[in-house]
Amino acid sequence: MAKIIAGLGTSHVPAIGVAMDEGKTQEPYWKSLFEGYGPVRKWLAEVKPDVVILCYNDHCAAMPPDTIPTFAIGVGDEFKPADEGWGPRPVPVVKGDPDLAWHLVESLVLDGFDLTIMHQLQVDHGLTVPMSITCGQPKEGPVKVVPIEVNVVLYPQPTGRRCYALGQAIRKAVASYDKDTKVVIFGTGGMSHQIHGERSGLINKEWDTAFLNDLTANPQRLVDLTHVDYIRDAGAEGIELIVWLIMRGALNDQVKEVCRHYHVPASNTAAGLIVLENR
Amino acid sequence: MKTIKEQLEDIPGTYVFTKERSRLGLHLNLFCTSLLKAANREEFLRDEPAYLAKFPLTEEQRRAVLERDWIGMVRLGANIYHLSKLGGTDRKTFQYMAGCMTGMTQEDYRAMMLAGGRSIEGNRSKSEQKTGA
Repeated sequence: MAKIIAGLGTSHVPAIGVAMDEGKTQEPYWKSLFEGYGPVRKWLAEVKPDVVILCYNDHCAAMPPDTIPTFAIGVGDEFKPADEGWGPRPVPVVKGDPDLAWHLVESLVLDGFDLTIMHQLQVDHGLTVPMSITCGQPKEGPVKVVPIEVNVVLYPQPTGRRCYALGQAIRKAVASYDKDTKVVIFGTGGMSHQIHGERSGLINKEWDTAFLNDLTANPQRLVDLTHVDYIRDAGAEGIELIVWLIMRGALNDQVKEVCRHYHVPASNTAAGLIVLENR
Repeated sequence: MKTIKEQLEDIPGTYVFTKERSRLGLHLNLFCTSLLKAANREEFLRDEPAYLAKFPLTEEQRRAVLERDWIGMVRLGANIYHLSKLGGTDRKTFQYMAGCMTGMTQEDYRAMMLAGGRSIEGNRSKSEQKTGA
């Protein structure tokens, strides 16, 4: 029997990946951000999941402007790091789990979630940075990954409510997978940030803190947030936080917060991280 | 009661990537997508006007690309994530592009971020800014 044992929410700021790739994590600008990642790396190494279901958004590297799936899933054996305009990150090829991925496809589509199925998917910083944050810099992919990609670029993005419901359907799908598999689910992106327009640089710590608090104890408040709420209060690109609701929906109603970290700034962004274990 | 579109357009200094902007900027964004390939980046940098001639851009869009008028490109339908491919071609970061769009100097923008970023207070809506509420 497969089981989701925990969820992890994290930002996926590209500059965090660059800082690791260029060996800058001990520089004054980055030091305290990376110190906060210690506990989560230790936790993940102890938990040792067989698979990570990694929910993220592509930033127009795999998804061109003329084809925009609302939800997509990677069913390949492996996923290569994408060239995002400055060459691919020097990180290992991401290992897939086609058996679990195809099981999810079948279960989710029959359950009413019509995901786009991708044999090939080049993964950008949205996926590779969370792997680096949680696993450091291994030579080979440390864990199998099933990528679930969400459109957060073009309005209308899926609603937070729909993302949460997808998470609930993923929970059901994993529970019906017959291989003994320990799963951790990631929701990535955010937290508050805006990187276009004259309002660039927006950070809303109070809003982010409330989001982290309610993720554990009161996710129903977050499920009710609208597109306007995210874009106005967490910044236009802060709407990535809807992806965290997939992760939360895949967990039990009762969860325990294991650790949390929040740091401003990582480039233009408030970098947040939280680990929730099923109770 | 304002429509969702009116509410989105009421957010100051923000250009939500809507169906209108997606249609307006399709070819500009397709040009950016072409820069995902290293060979195309080299070709573009060798002769920018010749490379741009392959894409059915408007004159305004062409000018904005050549001048690296980042806020201009956004107003003409470019999405920031597509623009990051042009930024990458120039070896510029998201922080550089965002800083340019605010009209602040790079130093001032970086200092603002280090001090905790731009406050939400007074930046929620254009109507709030007008009334000074």
